[in-house]
Amino acid sequence: MADLSVKIAGVDFKNPVIMASGAYGNGECYTDLYPISELGGISCKGMTIEPKMGNIPPRIAETPSGILNSVGLQNIGVRGFVDYYLDTLKEEGKGTVIIANVAGATLDDYIAAAEILESSNVDMIELNISCPNVKAGGATWGVTTEGAAAVTKAVRNATKKPLIVKLTPNVTSIADIAKAVEAEGADSISVINTLLGMRIDIRNRRPILHNNVGGLSGPAIFPVAVRCVWQCFNAVKIPIIGMGGISTWEDAVEMMLAGASAIQMGTAIFTDPYAPLKVTEGLAKYMDDNGIKSLSEIVGQVKPW
Amino acid sequence: MSYFCDKYPVIEKKALAGGIFSITVKCPDAANAAEVGQFANILADGYTLRRPISICEIDKDQGTLRFVFEVRGKGTEVISHANVGDNLDVLGPLGNGFKVPEGKKVIVVGGGIGVPPLLGIAKQCGADCTAILGFRSYDKVILDKEFAAYGANTIVCTDDGSVGYHGVVTTPLTEELAKGNVDLVCACGPEPMIKAVVKECEDNNIPCRVSLEQRMGCGVGACVVCSCMTVRNGKEYYSRVCKDGPVFDAKEVRFDG
Repeated sequence: MADLSVKIAGVDFKNPVIMASGAYGNGECYTDLYPISELGGISCKGMTIEPKMGNIPPRIAETPSGILNSVGLQNIGVRGFVDYYLDTLKEEGKGTVIIANVAGATLDDYIAAAEILESSNVDMIELNISCPNVKAGGATWGVTTEGAAAVTKAVRNATKKPLIVKLTPNVTSIADIAKAVEAEGADSISVINTLLGMRIDIRNRRPILHNNVGGLSGPAIFPVAVRCVWQCFNAVKIPIIGMGGISTWEDAVEMMLAGASAIQMGTAIFTDPYAPLKVTEGLAKYMDDNGIKSLSEIVGQVKPW
Repeated sequence: MSYFCDKYPVIEKKALAGGIFSITVKCPDAANAAEVGQFANILADGYTLRRPISICEIDKDQGTLRFVFEVRGKGTEVISHANVGDNLDVLGPLGNGFKVPEGKKVIVVGGGIGVPPLLGIAKQCGADCTAILGFRSYDKVILDKEFAAYGANTIVCTDDGSVGYHGVVTTPLTEELAKGNVDLVCACGPEPMIKAVVKECEDNNIPCRVSLEQRMGCGVGACVVCSCMTVRNGKEYYSRVCKDGPVFDAKEVRFDG
């Protein structure tokens, strides 16, 4: 069997398939089907310094080849995550990389969360500066180079944990944002968060989401994600975790060719809970069939016209 | 409680009324784990989200689950095309059921496509169950004979009076509660009906359990989109209909939230 391991920011992943934040809870919801140790990593539900109630429902709408969501970061707070979930995740993961996805309204929120996580045994921190569904903070940090740089710098000073910054595609130049966070000490970037979207019920003229707008994910956004990863790959040297609409092993290979060292999957598991395992199996066969010893051989190997 | 996800063969299919189908699948592991009032998240080929469909009947001996659902859109239409011999991709059983204790006198109140998940209570309680089933009109009436066959005192209501009581389910509910000797009311149906049933139960100081609906994602508690406002220990928070429900104690639900 092929060696699927990848290394990102000094952290070893047993395989390149990471569950995306928001789609997998804190790893507790799918264990009836398979153990979390099958996964390369889990990016846990986006957490804030204080618990958050989340947005008024409806919070989801189906779209062609995707979904719109506006959960609004409902979570039990960083302290709750560390106290109730982290030890179990580490124990059951048996080497599966546990990533804390952190969001905030103010710089102080991000710093306080990072300080709590610094003294925990979480493996990595993923900075969420791209959530489209909260009124304060969230994507407002991620849409300017100055904002993205400021959060990265503040958190970098608060923690030595390997730091991933998750970028929003809802910007003019994602490559410029990538360069800004790299310059402030990000160890990796995850690309992309959801695209801002909207659906309207034509019968009652109400938006389907109570928040009016929400984040679009699923296969519909895959080409946008591939483009963003490729643009970032050409702009920065730090490793990229590619995400956005991946549902098959072929998608994973495509994302890696564009420049991703690992991938995240989210929406795909709502359709098929086994999708992450199928991607891992497919990648292994692809490597065997093509004589690939390490997935690092294909990262960024697209041949542009 | 545990759930499964696999492709299971359809062994029986019937059209019960216009746009309402009954599909039974052979799924011994899922059937063995299932409880009355739980649901399954069923794949509609070509769609991103599975469709949450309540379990109508559980047969642990035969290893089958029966789903009765209405075609509401393109996804449920795709599922309705499954015939005997086809496979359905079923994720379930999911959520918390009605958990009706043995030996209790129960009234079940169902509205329209909210009726199917209540049939298992009639099966369990027999003559100790009174079933008040509301429909728009005679051509939408489903499962009434099956409730009666299990021994339930079955009362059908229609909005247009074309069969049974002419009017809403709360009228016969009030009459039945006035007779006394009721331990529990279980309800599933449109929100206005649920609210009216809950109020009636509050006024009569009878415990009530309600099965709720919300636009759903994963079905297993991970994505936190199918929220409903609940109150526990004086604190308000959004519960997940899929994992914390779909059946809730009516006292915990804030319907105006």
